Amino acid sequence: MNPVDVKNLTVAYEKKAVLKDINFTVPEGQLIGIIGPNGAGKSTLIKAILGLIPKAAGDVKIYDKQYRAKDRIVGYVPQRGSVDWDFPTNALDVVLMGRYGHIGWFKRPSKKDLNIAHESLKKVGMEEYADRQISQLSGGQQQRVFLARALAQDAKVYFMDEPFVGVDAATERAIIDLLNELKSQGKTVLVVHHDLQTVKDYFDHCILLNVSIITSGPTEEVFTMENLHQTYGGKLSFLDKGQMMVEQK
Amino acid sequence: MSYEAWILIIGSLAGVTCGIIGCFLILRRLSMLADAISHTVLLGIVLAFLISQSMNGMYMLIGAAVVGVLTAVFVQLLSSSGIQEDASIGVVFTFLFAIGVILITVFADNVHLDVDHALMGEIAFVPFDLVQLGFLPPLPKAFLMLSAVLITNLLIIVLFYKEFKITSFDPQMAAAIGIPVLFIHYLLMGMVSITTVASFDSVGAILVVAMLIAPGASAYLLTNKLTIMLLLSAVFGIASAVLGYYTASFLDASISGSMASVNGIIFALVFLFSPSKGLISKKFTFKKLNTES
Amino acid sequence: MSDLLMMLGDANTRWVLVGTMLLGLASGVLGSFALLRKQSLIGDAVAHAALPGICIAFLFTGEKSLIVLLIGATTTGLLAAYCIQLIVSSSIIKEDTAICLILSVFFGFGIVLLTKVQQMPSGNKSGLDAFIFGQAASLVGSDVKLMAGAAAILIIITMLLFKEFKVLTFDPEFAKGLGLPTGFLNFLFLSLLVAVVVIGIQAVGVILMAALLITPAIAARYWTNSLSKMIIISGIFGAISGVVGTLISTFGQGLPTGPFIVVTATFIFLVSMLFAPERGIIAKKIKQNIYHKQLNKAGAKEGMS
Repeated sequence: MNPVDVKNLTVAYEKKAVLKDINFTVPEGQLIGIIGPNGAGKSTLIKAILGLIPKAAGDVKIYDKQYRAKDRIVGYVPQRGSVDWDFPTNALDVVLMGRYGHIGWFKRPSKKDLNIAHESLKKVGMEEYADRQISQLSGGQQQRVFLARALAQDAKVYFMDEPFVGVDAATERAIIDLLNELKSQGKTVLVVHHDLQTVKDYFDHCILLNVSIITSGPTEEVFTMENLHQTYGGKLSFLDKGQMMVEQK
Repeated sequence: MSYEAWILIIGSLAGVTCGIIGCFLILRRLSMLADAISHTVLLGIVLAFLISQSMNGMYMLIGAAVVGVLTAVFVQLLSSSGIQEDASIGVVFTFLFAIGVILITVFADNVHLDVDHALMGEIAFVPFDLVQLGFLPPLPKAFLMLSAVLITNLLIIVLFYKEFKITSFDPQMAAAIGIPVLFIHYLLMGMVSITTVASFDSVGAILVVAMLIAPGASAYLLTNKLTIMLLLSAVFGIASAVLGYYTASFLDASISGSMASVNGIIFALVFLFSPSKGLISKKFTFKKLNTES
Repeated sequence: MSDLLMMLGDANTRWVLVGTMLLGLASGVLGSFALLRKQSLIGDAVAHAALPGICIAFLFTGEKSLIVLLIGATTTGLLAAYCIQLIVSSSIIKEDTAICLILSVFFGFGIVLLTKVQQMPSGNKSGLDAFIFGQAASLVGSDVKLMAGAAAILIIITMLLFKEFKVLTFDPEFAKGLGLPTGFLNFLFLSLLVAVVVIGIQAVGVILMAALLITPAIAARYWTNSLSKMIIISGIFGAISGVVGTLISTFGQGLPTGPFIVVTATFIFLVSMLFAPERGIIAKKIKQNIYHKQLNKAGAKEGMS
């Protein structure tokens, strides 16, 4: 049973295909990097899988079933810039929102939900900031709050959109530890990732994407110079960097 | 109850009802859409009158809610076809409002509404428009309508508080966990429409916007908690209604206009003097940082 | 038809038509820039905020001299635009809320002043309420000449600074890098916007003036991808709306002009949205269908091979 199984997925804005005929599956209980240049459709892929934007064609299955939000097996961490950080609320409250799918209509968060939220904040090392207004957190801390919220969702498959963008080294470390902990619990995590330098260290499995899938598979096998060439096309500065990385290892 | 007391009660009710719902509008960046709806309900009211041939409040509420939600739908349609949102709002509300004004002037003889009344409201007459309801003594119509709308709104907000909160803060995540974001959006727009109609008689189409937005904006600058923001906004709503009334009787000028002006003054004070987010306290901490470093 | 000819024979009506045409042209041109700069609704706020200015000017001078009223309107209009920018730049309040707040509070204050004006012995006949919905027919010759002249000047200034405004709108940072005085140009544009709103309110009214800025501009956007063409088309749409709206309202007795101008402009917009080649909804739908068919065909072929 595959956590994520995408078949012939195409997404188009008007007449331009943003994603073209995407096919891939991912193994359970691994950290999976979605890699590709700007405009490759990485975030779009996640959103299309979650049904947040319409598909032009194709089929997506999560654990062999059509994805329905109410099954609550999927956790989503959007890009940090997608929300209004001036919103009048504190860190704990944001994490508690991760429980909303479980709580259901008309009910308030219970003691148990509150405990889970506290627990999640602790796991990302943010328990002392529980009462802090979210605009008064640093970028890295905001990202950690978002992760804690995803933890509180208690899902089986996680989708994270560029969680490492604009965070400090400590947060990056904390995020990686957390991803590994999720992995050890048998969860599957798909991460949109930018930084080619760290791909080999962070991910077990890679999806190389540029509008269509270039290749996907275990990082060892697919993260090669040749595949990167194909994915990044003529973007030389990336390539040189990529070459360095590949040769180093 | 005295005439003055009724005006104060009705004004305060409008202030509370508008103030509470306004908080969500501000947080969801829907202020301009609310402004649009407050204009287009005029069309709803006129159509309700032309179709039913009566000034019954119920028909008006229905007409306004329908046209209000339609406004939101049209704006959504235009912006999803690629027009930027502010422009979509501008086109839709000016058009529907223009139709409303034309209908009023064309059917001027048999419509009991005049345009000035629709724009500015006439709270001074409101206490005389009484309705007998069951065993209750005759009560002003505006009082009954506003109370009903306030109770409805409060009930909806209490029931859907979580959903309102998360769809306001992070609509993408809300959609991903299966919360019907669009339904909540139109529910809110429906609430804005009936709130506008209920306040319409008292404060008019344009000034209801001041009552919707100003108290929430002031509250937004004073607190970091949504529940407190809602409470403060309600308090500011009442304060501006009461102070507005006394200012108006002192100046012998438009009551609803004075309420809007007091709203503006309260906001200006908060904007300057809010302890954490005010202009002056910010300048002050900035100076302190500079001298310390 | 003979009615129409008779109306056109009247010198005042001819002037009013020329005035609303030039006004439509000027607001179509400036509205295009405002749309692209995402400032359309600031025009709405400025229009509403003109009301207190008009009333203050009347209260001070006690007479209805158009030029004085327009100076008052410009002052409060600019003040409102400044307040919006101040609130957005120095607090967590977002632009839409700031616009709404300023618009309704200024208008509310305007209503307070209007009730005071109407209590004045000369105020009753002042006809200031015509400013709310616009009454082009009530314009007298000298007013119209002032309006037409001002609109013409606005159009000329915009044309002279066309390429500067273009760069500034598309990429403000780059404009700064070119050494353009962006601060001054921003202020100048805002002033032109306020000016066109102010001269328009007597014909269109404070509440609906925003439509004349927004609607022709987005209608024009459907017909072209070039800014210069968009501005010309928008100007023409604005002019047509002005003329047709004025004609309809002068046919009936006591009909306000503003609403008819708005309805005409919206009609042009709807036609553009549906039928424009390339960017219109129908043209797009057809193209999308063809594309999807191609996609499906390609998919089927791959499946077979």
